[in-house]
Amino acid sequence: MNLIGALQIALPEAFLAVSALLLLVLGAYRPKGVAAVSLGAGFALAVAAVLAAVGPGGAAFAGSYIADAASAYAKVAIYAFSAVSVLLGDRWLARLDAKSFEFPILIVIAALGMGMMASAGDLISLYIGIELHSLALYVLAAFRRDDARSSEAGLKYFVLGALSSGLLLYGASLIYGFAGSTRFDVIAQAVHAGANTGILFGLVFLLCGLAFKVSAAPFHMWTPDVYEGAPTPVVIFITTAPKLAAMVLLARVLMNAFGGAADQWRQVILVLAMISVLVGAFAGLVQTNLKRLLAYSSIANIGYALIGLAAANHQGVQSMLVFMVLYMIDVTGFFACLLALSRAGKPMETLADMAGLFREKPGITLAMTVLSFSFLGLPPFSGFWGKFYVFKAALNAGLWPVAVAGLVLSVVAAFYYLRLVKTMWFDPPAGAVDAAPLDARGVAYAAALLSLGVVLVLPFLDPAATVAAAALGTH
Amino acid sequence: MTGILSLTTFFPLIGVAAILALRLLGGKADQAKLENAAKWIALATTLATLALSILLVAQFDPLNPGFQFSEDIPWFAGAGYRMGVDGISVLFVLLTAFLLPLCIIASWTSIQKRVLEYLIAFLILEALVIGVFCATDLVLFYIFFEGGLLPMFLIIGIWGGQRRVYAAFKFFLYTLLGSVLMLAAILVMASVAHTTSIPELMAYHFAPGLQIWLWLAFFASFAVKMPMWPVHTWLPDAHVEAPTAGSVILAGILLKLGGYGFLRFSLPMFPSASHYFTPLVFTLSVIAVIYTSLVAFRQVDIKKLIAYSSVAHMGFVTMGIFAGNAVGVQGAIYQMLSHGVISGALFLCVGVVYDRMHTREIAFYGGLVNRMPWYAAVFMLFTMGNVGLPGTSGFVGEILSMTGTYGTSTWTALFAATGVILSAVYALTLYRRVVFGEITNPKLAGITDLEKREVLIFAPLIVGTLVLGIQPGLILNITQASVDHLVTAYRAAIGG
Repeated sequence: MNLIGALQIALPEAFLAVSALLLLVLGAYRPKGVAAVSLGAGFALAVAAVLAAVGPGGAAFAGSYIADAASAYAKVAIYAFSAVSVLLGDRWLARLDAKSFEFPILIVIAALGMGMMASAGDLISLYIGIELHSLALYVLAAFRRDDARSSEAGLKYFVLGALSSGLLLYGASLIYGFAGSTRFDVIAQAVHAGANTGILFGLVFLLCGLAFKVSAAPFHMWTPDVYEGAPTPVVIFITTAPKLAAMVLLARVLMNAFGGAADQWRQVILVLAMISVLVGAFAGLVQTNLKRLLAYSSIANIGYALIGLAAANHQGVQSMLVFMVLYMIDVTGFFACLLALSRAGKPMETLADMAGLFREKPGITLAMTVLSFSFLGLPPFSGFWGKFYVFKAALNAGLWPVAVAGLVLSVVAAFYYLRLVKTMWFDPPAGAVDAAPLDARGVAYAAALLSLGVVLVLPFLDPAATVAAAALGTH
Repeated sequence: MTGILSLTTFFPLIGVAAILALRLLGGKADQAKLENAAKWIALATTLATLALSILLVAQFDPLNPGFQFSEDIPWFAGAGYRMGVDGISVLFVLLTAFLLPLCIIASWTSIQKRVLEYLIAFLILEALVIGVFCATDLVLFYIFFEGGLLPMFLIIGIWGGQRRVYAAFKFFLYTLLGSVLMLAAILVMASVAHTTSIPELMAYHFAPGLQIWLWLAFFASFAVKMPMWPVHTWLPDAHVEAPTAGSVILAGILLKLGGYGFLRFSLPMFPSASHYFTPLVFTLSVIAVIYTSLVAFRQVDIKKLIAYSSVAHMGFVTMGIFAGNAVGVQGAIYQMLSHGVISGALFLCVGVVYDRMHTREIAFYGGLVNRMPWYAAVFMLFTMGNVGLPGTSGFVGEILSMTGTYGTSTWTALFAATGVILSAVYALTLYRRVVFGEITNPKLAGITDLEKREVLIFAPLIVGTLVLGIQPGLILNITQASVDHLVTAYRAAIGG
């Protein structure tokens, strides 16, 4: 394949890379034009999403870069959620007088890395994608340099992230050593010929690295601290797009490269999933800070997504893809509610802050209630459908003990969501709340409406995820 | 008439939209005026829904045992938007639509805070409950079944009494735990039978080994909902803390979801497991009837006493259902409908004195007959209905379900018969202590008799109790064909 053809396949990411550089120049020469940079970043992400959706499929750069239905599905979601993060982050930083043009650019660079992860066809592009987006995220987590908690979050994220990258690289080198290639299709052949201990050993290390990226327990230690310390718009970004990118990458590695060793890796994924759900359900019970609470909730939800993946078939991957997008909508909406709430200029982040919120802000409270019940998995909200897909896939694959355990643990987790609802609706008010900014409120309402009216969204999401999962099933 | 089920189900949501619009548009208007308008909207909506459901029953063909007014629209994830009613479910739609306007009227003055939200919660609940009885798709059923938890949680938690938070959590978590197991079973059924359509699943034969597990999962959910001993403990708490109208909904309709579930799923879909577990259900039912009757006798709170009596009465329902013969099942359905009317009425009776005195302690009252003769007469009628006096609807349900049980298990029927005596013991004792005697508590000296609004609430309930007691054929003719169909299939499947 010639260079033009290859560039066409990588066009969305190439476009993002060029846009990021141009925006950097623009920001450097026009320090006051932050709004223009944000606008440009949002526009670039939107264009990249369209390019990813309509662009040609195929493999470029000697098979290391793949554009197919799965990458298109992931990229549209990743770029769209990145654009929402740009929007929310820009307005939020402006409110804090901490506005600077690097913020949208870093998000674009991170999105670029995630796009590469979604398209990775060999271990090299896998690693480059992961590092590119991770480095951008470390900086974003520490974006408020003057805030000790934010700096701490960035540092923690960086140190632990570097460690996990090391594990991942070690695993990749073992796989390369035993399979003789970094390309997924060649690895797949080697695995089909007989997965030896060496290659599985490498896979386990690779899985550890990826589990860190999706914050699956027991590699979740960074999550609560980073969520609590990092600026809220950054947390929205961290919980949504990178997780989907890493999950799609994980699915591609496991289904395409290691499809022949499904019986082996399923054990690992199941253990990760069960520990995640367990930790997410029980550790969340004692949290008083809502961002920390959501961190544990995200750990539990990644556990559910992994249960879908553990089915190791087309339906399982499809359920995971549906689950992740529905979860991303909910979590964006929930954090947008937190962004919209402040008391005397200070953000409201603890459970106690939410007391009697219903009297002060009925609209936001209603949105948060809908989203809490959605996390809880109550029909008809979207969280129920996500779980429905995942558990259906798991039960079809015969994983009924895991499915039943996951469902029962979701009742444990229900307690903390209910406690939030109780605090907002039943408790006496804790004091006046500032006016909610329009952008955060708008995103919060939109997410709540999507969560409520999910039966109107799913008929479109379901077939898209089916096609995407089919692309990940070939090996 | 296709579409009437969807219309009936979602009609209350029109009222929700109207109230929401009222709230958004009328922000500056006088709060009292706004609330008053919202009450009338809610009442009009529920009355229109009642009219629709009466139309539904009038159009219903009692000779057809299958699902009628069916709607079937393909959906996604293998599920379908399927609606339909048969002789078993159609009357529950009517019961729901019948009780809701009464709930709205009963709350007219007693709810003072957040009136708009209260009405919205009730209307959403009505839509969801009607949906449960109309759904003929497993997934759709689950959505309606579970979705009802949310408004009920808020109703108990916001407008409830002192320990409302505890009660709301207990209600929610108990029910949720049962339901997630049912969800697992639903998913298994969908994957084994490759359909989620209830009529198709009724015709599908699950392997006997699998039936056991599926039955247990459904049982976990329905036993909590019913509630059966020993998972009944959420009910007294929820009842005591809920506002009057909340209790009416809870006892009148939500408890029926369990029995309805047994009839819709356990018996027709898992016949051999149902047969296998019949002794278990009988044992639990007998314990419920005897033990909770004794517990009811010892209560000091009027509402709690009635709550325990509900558990005891539901024991007759589970017994009748699992008797597995036409008489028993007919009796169970009758008992559920009758209990829906009578227990709702009893909670409203408690509401009348609670609104005046703000206590439900039995010892506080006494001698009410002197000041409230009309109230005493109404309360007497419903107490007798609760006891199962011939001439009231309670009698028909109890006698039929016991006759049916007698045909299957003599001992169960014998033990359950003591429940009839015990119910007379606690119900009449309650009545004596609250109503008879001289007024000893000086605070009761100024208590007033029923006002017009309350008479308006009780009138339809009195008519319902007596008509159902004197003319049971009205109900039994509608349920007959479907019940016969169900029982014949069940008998054939268990080889009896």
